[in-house]
Amino acid sequence: MKCQKCDRPASFHITDLVEGKPKELHLCEECAQAFLAPSEEEAAEVLPAMAGLLAQHLAVGETADQLARLDQRVCPVCGISFLEFRKQGRLGCPHDYVFFAEELEPLLMNIHDQTHHIGKVPKRQSSGADQQTQLIRLRREMKEAVAHEKYEQASELRDKIREIEAKSRTMDTE
Amino acid sequence: MNLDELASTSGEWLRGSGPESDIVISSRIRLARNLAEFPFVSRATESDRAEIERILHERTDSLIQASKIPHELCYVDVRELPEVDRKFLVERQLISREHAESDGARSVVFDSAERFSVMINEEDHLRIQVMHSGLDLDSAWEQINTMDDLIEEKVTYAFNERIGYLTACPTNVGTGVRVSVMLHLPALVITRQIEKVFKSLHKINLAVRGLYGEGSQAMGDFYQISNQVTLGLTEEELTKKVADVVPVLIDYERQAREFLVRESQETLHDRVSRAFGILRTAQTISSEETMHLLSSVRMGINLGLIGNLEISTINKLFIHTQPAHLQKISGIELDASDRNIERASYLRNQLDNQSRGDQPKGDPSQN
Repeated sequence: MKCQKCDRPASFHITDLVEGKPKELHLCEECAQAFLAPSEEEAAEVLPAMAGLLAQHLAVGETADQLARLDQRVCPVCGISFLEFRKQGRLGCPHDYVFFAEELEPLLMNIHDQTHHIGKVPKRQSSGADQQTQLIRLRREMKEAVAHEKYEQASELRDKIREIEAKSRTMDTE
Repeated sequence: MNLDELASTSGEWLRGSGPESDIVISSRIRLARNLAEFPFVSRATESDRAEIERILHERTDSLIQASKIPHELCYVDVRELPEVDRKFLVERQLISREHAESDGARSVVFDSAERFSVMINEEDHLRIQVMHSGLDLDSAWEQINTMDDLIEEKVTYAFNERIGYLTACPTNVGTGVRVSVMLHLPALVITRQIEKVFKSLHKINLAVRGLYGEGSQAMGDFYQISNQVTLGLTEEELTKKVADVVPVLIDYERQAREFLVRESQETLHDRVSRAFGILRTAQTISSEETMHLLSSVRMGINLGLIGNLEISTINKLFIHTQPAHLQKISGIELDASDRNIERASYLRNQLDNQSRGDQPKGDPSQN
């Protein structure tokens, strides 16, 4: 594939947001650098729009195919796709940090220069992290079941949710 | 306490009583937290949001019972508020712009002295913020750490051993802490050294923003310095990083003020006196011009060029002359040109009451 701005081979595949719509760009290294370099106006902004930055960092260095595959990965718990995250710069649920761990690692390195937490630890460690993740997933599935008028399935899901909620309440009082 | 009563008072952090409060307005720390069993706010359903609000309101009640805070608590349902009230809370720094402008169930809880505020369903389920007057980061951290422990007693936060507290945006993950100090730096602006200061702060990974978080064109020469990074350092280290740089900035600002007094005292005195004169006599004045002139007056008081006027009065005027405050104080909705008239009249009133015999205390260079 040729660079869209000159005749050299395109090695950078960038998804840019133009008026809220994604636009694919295929550029050679030199043109990509010029494209990604902040304009004078942007450089003057002290705190640049983080969401936009995230999207750019992520896109650089991935081939168009890899990126397209990555974008279609969907978190089984909250249902957010990687593309949606790249567009909004906001994750959908705590499990995203596990499900997209590999993709997020370079991003965390980019933002924080570190990937490990060494600060405060909550006293109530969530020993039941799986349970909580399950709750988020079941509630979403129940809502979808209702939306599709699958009421029997919805009521089964509701019972499961109540069971987990009751269990976590007993843990609270212990 | 309702919002109308609030309009005539000001938060404790504005009283100019803390350490170094001639230059440091306030010290703030905020924590971002999420409940483990709900999706983050952007993916939460209306019923999730309502449930999150219910759980967290119950927890904020415990803050009062723990008697650490001997004040009345105010709960405000932000979704139900008229626009002017939402803007009022933003001007007061009790909620963020994002919280004011978003949709869905959301609220804020704060104490009547405005030493803390807790936003529920902002970008994260929970945004706890404490505000202290002057340079006072250590006790601000102590306070917010205790509040965080109290809230956590009966809820489980989204937390991962490897990357810490989990937040909707990866820029806050880890500690979820933002430590910031608001400084008044007029002399560094006049002597054109402020850009240099910005550049060196960026090199050490600290962010600089204006009074309301806007870009580098800060209103009233107010600058907020805060940590950029939230992961890989402890909360104490992040607090120290900001705390260590502030005395250096205070020193630069004092040197720049001394330079102005030494090299161009007449010009400086003229600037301050004219600013004060306009504020006391104008018949119509914009918010921008007001901030600009108040900044000169504030520095003038600190340098002894204006007598009998309290810093706390000027601090209050910076906030009370903002558009939504003016409308709350006067009790009527005003368009921009009516606001300018109301603002001028409010300023004349406040400054005439506060300053009698505003003769300079003498030559400050001989102080």
